[in-house]
Amino acid sequence: MDALALSRLQFAVTSMFHFIFVPLTLGLSILVAYMESRYVRTGDEIYLRMTKFWGKLFLINFALGIVTGITMEFQFGMNWAEYSKYVGDIFGAPLAIEATVAFFLESTFIGLWVFGWNKISKKLHALSIWLVAIATNLSALWILLANGWMQHPVGYVLRNNRAEMVDFVALITNAYGWLKFFHTVLSGYVIAAFFVMGISAYHIIKSSNLDFFKKSFRTAAVFGLLSSVLIFIVGDFHAAEVAKTQPTKFAAMEAVWESQKGADYHLIVVPDTANERNVVEAIGIPGMMSFLAFGYSQAEVRGLKEFPADGRPPVMATFLSFRTMLAFGLLFLILTFIAVIISIRDRLESNPAFLRIMLYALPLPYIAAQLGWIVAEVGRQPWIVYGVLKTSAAVSKSISNTQVWASLIGFTLLYGFLAVIDIYLLTRNAQKGPDNDLSAIVKTAGTQEV
Amino acid sequence: MEFQIIWFILWGVLWAVYFMLDGFDFGAGMLHGFISRDETEKKIIMKTIGPVWNGNEVWLITAGGATFAAFPTTYALMFSYLYSALLLVLFALILRGVAMEFRGKEDSPGWKKGWDLAIFLGSFLPALLFGVAFGNIFQGLPMDADGYHGSLLYLLNPYGLLTGLLFVLLFLVHGALWLTLKTSNSLSERAAGLAKKLWFALLLVAVAFLVHTYFATKLYANYLGNYVLLIVPVLAVLSLLGIMFFASKGQYLKSFISSCLTIVLVTFTGVIGLFPNLIPSNLDVRHSLTIFNSSSSIYTLKIMTVVALIFVPVVIAYQIWMYRIFRQKTTQLDITSEKEAY
Repeated sequence: MDALALSRLQFAVTSMFHFIFVPLTLGLSILVAYMESRYVRTGDEIYLRMTKFWGKLFLINFALGIVTGITMEFQFGMNWAEYSKYVGDIFGAPLAIEATVAFFLESTFIGLWVFGWNKISKKLHALSIWLVAIATNLSALWILLANGWMQHPVGYVLRNNRAEMVDFVALITNAYGWLKFFHTVLSGYVIAAFFVMGISAYHIIKSSNLDFFKKSFRTAAVFGLLSSVLIFIVGDFHAAEVAKTQPTKFAAMEAVWESQKGADYHLIVVPDTANERNVVEAIGIPGMMSFLAFGYSQAEVRGLKEFPADGRPPVMATFLSFRTMLAFGLLFLILTFIAVIISIRDRLESNPAFLRIMLYALPLPYIAAQLGWIVAEVGRQPWIVYGVLKTSAAVSKSISNTQVWASLIGFTLLYGFLAVIDIYLLTRNAQKGPDNDLSAIVKTAGTQEV
Repeated sequence: MEFQIIWFILWGVLWAVYFMLDGFDFGAGMLHGFISRDETEKKIIMKTIGPVWNGNEVWLITAGGATFAAFPTTYALMFSYLYSALLLVLFALILRGVAMEFRGKEDSPGWKKGWDLAIFLGSFLPALLFGVAFGNIFQGLPMDADGYHGSLLYLLNPYGLLTGLLFVLLFLVHGALWLTLKTSNSLSERAAGLAKKLWFALLLVAVAFLVHTYFATKLYANYLGNYVLLIVPVLAVLSLLGIMFFASKGQYLKSFISSCLTIVLVTFTGVIGLFPNLIPSNLDVRHSLTIFNSSSSIYTLKIMTVVALIFVPVVIAYQIWMYRIFRQKTTQLDITSEKEAY
């Protein structure tokens, strides 16, 4: 493999690893903040215990999200120097803004939250975790506006051998970026909901801390159902935006080879990429694909054959990832719907089979989120900035194969080690259950107003 | 004033503030295994930096982000030319971050010992390597029309290593003074004693650095062209002396403030000497990366200036507020009442 292929592999490994931790942070921060607010408002200690228990798991996960995020910033320069030179004028801005507006807020207030239990008032303490939650979501907005620009570049001109920003407002109002933002943070909320439901299910099956985990489960179920519904709606808009702005990606997602008006949506499709056709297309809904993409059933969907072979993304990976993600999305809708009904009727203990399903479903939203990123990034190929810069032209000129081999091996070993530690700590602390002795905190919390 | 110059100054400020803040985290991280007598003292040391190190590290992320946004060509070439060195910094910072958060999550001695080593390496390596990197930037990198001609070993030249040593000692003294302020009794006294001892080593290395800089770099040229600028290095030296002046009188807060000023002024001594270069070439000055040939468009710089003018003061305000909340000394009581953290 050459430096380009290795750099691509390294970016895939490091960003996918990073995105194991980020989405849980996005969603769990909101859930923990909600729990602490409930505690402040009601004074009910069960909410304080929930805050502490889920907060501890949140922190273990949070640490890895932060440290693996630094890698992302470094890599744009280290491995993708030509990219950074070419688009830095417009791509650098949202990154710098993300750090200034969001990272500082997040990192400062997480310190206050962890160490401030006895130092600030209850309200201020709850406010600090809300600020962390807002800041993580805000940071997602800026990075996804940056990514949205790579997907659908706006507000720039090509000048002085590079892309220069001429319209900042276009950059921050890019519909692509906003849809991606909502789609991504909602995926994080679904992940957090399944995380809390899965661990709660484990404890309910074992009848440990029943009240505590039933309450946790119910909170997460409602949050999960809302998020699962919203992600479907947003996802629909997002796919339509892709159809409009990235015809090659859309065609690969749906394995459309020939351009056609009034395209049907087939529930079962088996693509044959070698012969540029689909071997199987079954159970079609007439005009549905055209409708989903463009809002009316006679619209023209452009096929892959309209584009030169070297201008198309890998079809199989994009198609399969998209279909599987979609199927998972439907499954989450069904599972969260059942979860809400059963938990609101307080029938959780009498449905051990469903609890077991929810326990084993815990990793599924993670997989769905990773698949979504495969669709987004593999589907954009061969472009790094759609229609503007090819990935092959973006890699650093000064790095050698040996250097990237060494760093890739280094990342794999280090991240492998971190994954083992993380899973160990999460499992251990999740199994241990909540700490029922809160005397140290309750006694002093709120006594020292700041 | 031209926007490139505004961003050059801001670039310097971001690095200076980063070194001033994360400097004592690095110092405390390097010292904690050596200065502590038992697990309780180790916990106390980690807890002095626990609430703030994360927020301090963001100054680095922002310095990197600002370089990307304001001087993308410099960002791209610096990070790709210094690939292996920055990879080491990155791995070290990752290890430190994880160690800080995970050390207290288990009670076994082996677990703690392993993370202690990670905290030491994660503090020492970045301190050293940032120094090595800046030393090499002061000196210029071997770049010409064909690109970069250096390697990781090339960076470990005498001047680069001397600057690395200077950074390590600056941060050690800084960290020792921080611990003097933030802990009490015998731990605080030991930290104070160590700060004074290390200060002599720092003085020696600082003098060597100033002399070597004359031979190895062109940093002094700007000062010879405009004597007013000399006030910065002169104040840097005075602050350095101030550290000991106040420490010997037992005024450790003033001593720590002197140490903060020393770090900021030393950074600015280098940054002013570089102007208008961000990375000079030591092969062919036509291939130096300057603030003019590597900057973003004026439009982007204007946008970023507005963002910085609004948000940087806000960040500074809430970080100062945060430091005030945690202004008290960390005691044994703190670590027994909060078992969650450390």
